Amino acid sequence: MNAIEVAAVVHRYGERRALDDVSFDVRSGEIFGLLGPNGGGKTTLFRILTTLMAPTGGAARVLGHDCVQDARAVRAKLGVVFQSPSLDPKLRVRENLWYHGALYGLHGRDVRARTADRLARVGLTERALDKVEDLSGGLRRRVELAKGMLHDPDVMILDEPSTGLDPGARRDLWEYLGSLRERDGVTSLVTTHLMEEAERCDRLAILDEGRLVALGTPDELRARIGGAIVTLGAPDSEALQRALLDRFKIPSTLVDDTLRFEHEDAQALLPKLFAAFGAKITTVSVGRPTLEDVFIQATGHKFWSADA
Amino acid sequence: MSGLRGAYALVERELVRFFRQPNRVAGAIGQPLIFWLLFGAAFRSSFRMPGGEESYAQFFLPGVAVLITLFTAIFSTISIIEDRNQGFLQGVLVAPIGRGWMVLGKIVGGTVLAVLQAGIFLLLAPTVGIALSPLQFLEAIGVLGLVAFGLCGLGFCIAWRMDSTQGFHAIMSVFLMPMWLMSGSFFPSEGLHPVLGWMLKLNPLTYGVTGLRHALGMTGSPSSAVCVGVTALFAVLMFVFALRLASRPAKGDLR
Repeated sequence: MNAIEVAAVVHRYGERRALDDVSFDVRSGEIFGLLGPNGGGKTTLFRILTTLMAPTGGAARVLGHDCVQDARAVRAKLGVVFQSPSLDPKLRVRENLWYHGALYGLHGRDVRARTADRLARVGLTERALDKVEDLSGGLRRRVELAKGMLHDPDVMILDEPSTGLDPGARRDLWEYLGSLRERDGVTSLVTTHLMEEAERCDRLAILDEGRLVALGTPDELRARIGGAIVTLGAPDSEALQRALLDRFKIPSTLVDDTLRFEHEDAQALLPKLFAAFGAKITTVSVGRPTLEDVFIQATGHKFWSADA
Repeated sequence: MSGLRGAYALVERELVRFFRQPNRVAGAIGQPLIFWLLFGAAFRSSFRMPGGEESYAQFFLPGVAVLITLFTAIFSTISIIEDRNQGFLQGVLVAPIGRGWMVLGKIVGGTVLAVLQAGIFLLLAPTVGIALSPLQFLEAIGVLGLVAFGLCGLGFCIAWRMDSTQGFHAIMSVFLMPMWLMSGSFFPSEGLHPVLGWMLKLNPLTYGVTGLRHALGMTGSPSSAVCVGVTALFAVLMFVFALRLASRPAKGDLR
């Protein structure tokens, strides 16, 4: 069974379509990435999957339970890590986890043991008695993580979980998600706008302006771009773009004043370009395609320029 | 009963938070207590209870207890807005606990705090010549509990959709405080202009204040049974409204 099913989901805020006919499945045991710029629709989808909001159209299901009709069942199976804080700053770290556990029906010795275990796993055993308001932002994020997995959820949904984590803690987080999957078969859906995080996912869905523009493993997505990615900088990039199309029949994308295109055999092409355009080209780079290139190819704009 | 446990955890959280912020204790008891001392002294010679021998400090005592209850209800339900803004609420909303238990946890948490504080205040009754038997005290606590539950439910309904505490303060000034003033707590309900008289009759809090007067062995109309009945009905209605509000997604759930 699929852990998460998103079937033709549409969501409108008034006139604006935040999600436009998005469909994909997350398989059981996968670490699935939802990649896209801010404003792309990730957060809307996160809210729908966590039962905070009903979609205007289509259906979302977690382990076969509908997120609207069967919200209670979904909530019981789901571990949620919010991007914004969801802790009570006036309470101690372990109290936050205890009370959270009670909302999931955990109590007594069980919830205390789980709390101690989860805090140990995120390296916070020594801070269990501190008030949350006395912790740094990074430590608070770790408490959020410990809280999200307190009730042994089958599916974790994490909204930009590495926000505010230093690189070491970020690496720990991903190792942790991996170990959850290996040991307990937990499925994780992670929203992110970081390419390096997207690389660590088993599969990815790329959302842009509410549409699903690409779906697959990172390697599959990169393989959609055949050769190398060539980037040209030029004083008059628009003129160069036209010339490139006229003389070499190469369509290119203009991104932030640089031209980008993919080419099967960039090494052979470059000398010809210099022979033809010479000083009109100021910078050149050739690289293996990245997920960002996939994004640019799928959407026609640079990842960050769509930032809201 | 996992829902009950969840509700209990929310109540406990309310208490823990309260006792970690001592200024809240001072805020809820302090102002009413000052009112009671000041007005009790100020109206000492000029106040005459229609058809009775009550001093103003005696007359005002149940009203002050209800004011403490009102303030506590306000302080504890205003925290819904903080919970929403600080994010704690979103964690509760994605948890499988039923919305009814969630609402109950919040309201009972405020009710316990209110009864605790107003109850302590009632222990001062003998100092102004109101003799209280333990049974009367318990009866008074019971009435205060119903009043507190209704007021916390009302506060919940007001706070649920609000995104700023300033908005709540505005409602407190123009709605909740007048509601208290017009409940027979600050001036006697006898011999009023008919319009004012009707306003008192329509105010559910009037029945709470009068019910408390009965419990403390003071006179008042309508009868104790009617007062308790109306107060209980108000509490149930407020719970139902709060539950209905909380069962529908609010815009502010999402942040």
